[in-house]
Amino acid sequence: MTATAEAAIVTEGLTKRYEELVAVDHLDFQISKGEIFGLLGPNGAGKTTTILMLLGLSEPTEGQARVVDLDPTRHPLDVKRVVGYVPDNVGFYPDLTGRQNLEYTAKLNRISSEVFESRIQTILEQIGLADAADRPAGTYSRGMRQRLGIADALVKEPQILILDEPTIGIDPEGTRELLELIRNLRDDRGVTVLLSSHLLHQVQSICDRVGIFVRGRMIAQGPVRELAARHIAEEVVTELAVTDWERAGEALWTVPGIKRIDRQADHWLLVSEKDVRPEVSKVLVERGIGILHLRRRDEGLDEIYTRYFEGEDSGRIN
Amino acid sequence: MAELTESAETTSSPRSPERFTMGWRVVAAKEFSDHLLSIRFTILIVIVGLAAVAAVYTAAGGIREAAEQIGSSDDIPGLFLKLFTVTPEGSRLPAFFAGIALLAPLFGIAFGFDAVNGERAQGTLPRLLSQPIYRDDVINGKFVAGLSVIGLTITTLTMVVAGIGLLRIGVVPTFSDIARLLIWLLVTVVYVGFWLALATLFSVLLRRASTSALAAFATWVVASLFALLLIGIVADIVSPVSQEGNAEEVIENARTQRNLSRVFPQALYQEATVALLEPEQRTFDVLGLLILQSPGSGAIPGPLSLEQSLLVVWPQVTGLIALTVLCFAAAYVSFMRQEVRA
Repeated sequence: MTATAEAAIVTEGLTKRYEELVAVDHLDFQISKGEIFGLLGPNGAGKTTTILMLLGLSEPTEGQARVVDLDPTRHPLDVKRVVGYVPDNVGFYPDLTGRQNLEYTAKLNRISSEVFESRIQTILEQIGLADAADRPAGTYSRGMRQRLGIADALVKEPQILILDEPTIGIDPEGTRELLELIRNLRDDRGVTVLLSSHLLHQVQSICDRVGIFVRGRMIAQGPVRELAARHIAEEVVTELAVTDWERAGEALWTVPGIKRIDRQADHWLLVSEKDVRPEVSKVLVERGIGILHLRRRDEGLDEIYTRYFEGEDSGRIN
Repeated sequence: MAELTESAETTSSPRSPERFTMGWRVVAAKEFSDHLLSIRFTILIVIVGLAAVAAVYTAAGGIREAAEQIGSSDDIPGLFLKLFTVTPEGSRLPAFFAGIALLAPLFGIAFGFDAVNGERAQGTLPRLLSQPIYRDDVINGKFVAGLSVIGLTITTLTMVVAGIGLLRIGVVPTFSDIARLLIWLLVTVVYVGFWLALATLFSVLLRRASTSALAAFATWVVASLFALLLIGIVADIVSPVSQEGNAEEVIENARTQRNLSRVFPQALYQEATVALLEPEQRTFDVLGLLILQSPGSGAIPGPLSLEQSLLVVWPQVTGLIALTVLCFAAAYVSFMRQEVRA
């Protein structure tokens, strides 16, 4: 198989302009079949616009997208038949039950009632909504609505699942369950997943690859660990608290590799090129200074993410 | 990977365009049942039903007295239709058809004002549009569902009224009476369709359901109350009547007024109703009416046949259909051009 045949979603120079505003600016990316791809970016970055173009619900100004090897602008129905979409803040008809809402979707997909009745029951059980299925959707909590949204997208047994901000407004426990569910769907059904989020730390655990998307441009993409490694390599931050601050200050300058010391209220931050913990503890112990706290600060992905966002003005970071 | 691809293939059915052509039917079926179960439907049916039955009950009494005075009821053509058009003296209730004319816009607005913005507010529109249906299936399905509910309601109501009338006055309707009534029903559905289309248009253009309901009602009130005033002013400019006020000028002015009023669906519907349900109505031309009413005209007053009545109302009905189509087209186009996330 060639690389293109493996791709579930490909975009080439995908652009959307609204009069003055450029919502999506020459976007190029590719999602392989069976992959979970996280489209990460702040609100207003153009994530939803991109998704709508992939579904053929919005026409690109320039460039094109290919979803399962089809142009969504020209064959929107064929694309929408194989793509399940859970929109941002998904809604349901409040007077219909959860099950009835799903049945409506099944009918719109021309699935016969013999097929969809058992299929919906299976999905509801898998998604953990079987008990609430016959209650009006208007009584559902935010988390239940989100899960019903996924159930709704699964009714058509999609090859691709697109989730727009799936974790917004759900408590941490609910978020964890939801993400686990998404991962299981990929593992069990081989569904390709594209999810958008502005909360990197929530979704990083399940994404095979992420794309960082700011002001309509993809400024970095790749596996989370790779993106993180690029930046961790530059400098290491170590937190330190000691019994005798004055003498420690003198001692630390003897340690090679420390570039800078930031003095905070109750600890110091040692900025160095590499991990300096063994040398620091050795020097301090030799001089009889007590170490209260010594910890290498893990460059959290959130920090990397923030840095990308901060760096957006200085152009592409790569 | 091979296994994954295979599972994806088996779950997808062959690509055939005809599988999707009937999307509007699914939308219409769902909307139809939603409407029937809605509280607004119950409220409307109670209001209109009570008004209609009361109007006919009093009208029937009036007709019976009139018929007894004239003699044998079989000799009066269109007597049965009087059930729908007569307002007995001393009664404060409007005749059935006048009541329907008054409430029809209410029906149209009630079933259309939140057609699209309601979906937006619930967050169901993006989900609905991401299903394999054409975008116009949504608006077509909703329009068809609204019109069906209204058509069904008005037809049922008319049947009930006819039934009560039959029992009360004991007049058997002739074939032409029934035909006139059925044509009137069709025209009424078209008229309600106009208001439904207008309300749908507002529901596309305005984000909030309350705003679009208000806009539709405002249009209704303005078209009903201020239209006459405006028409009078415009007519006086177009065909002014001089101080001496000669007959020709007065007639010309009245003609202009009537022609201008035909821009409004209410006027068209009213004329169509009168011509259909009152077979005596021979023309809507001002001069023609004057001649017919003058004692020396030589014209024999009498009912028109169904075909002749149809000829009289044909322009009005065509105008009404055109207005409805125009309004729906505006709603359709603006919905198709709108961004999913407006």
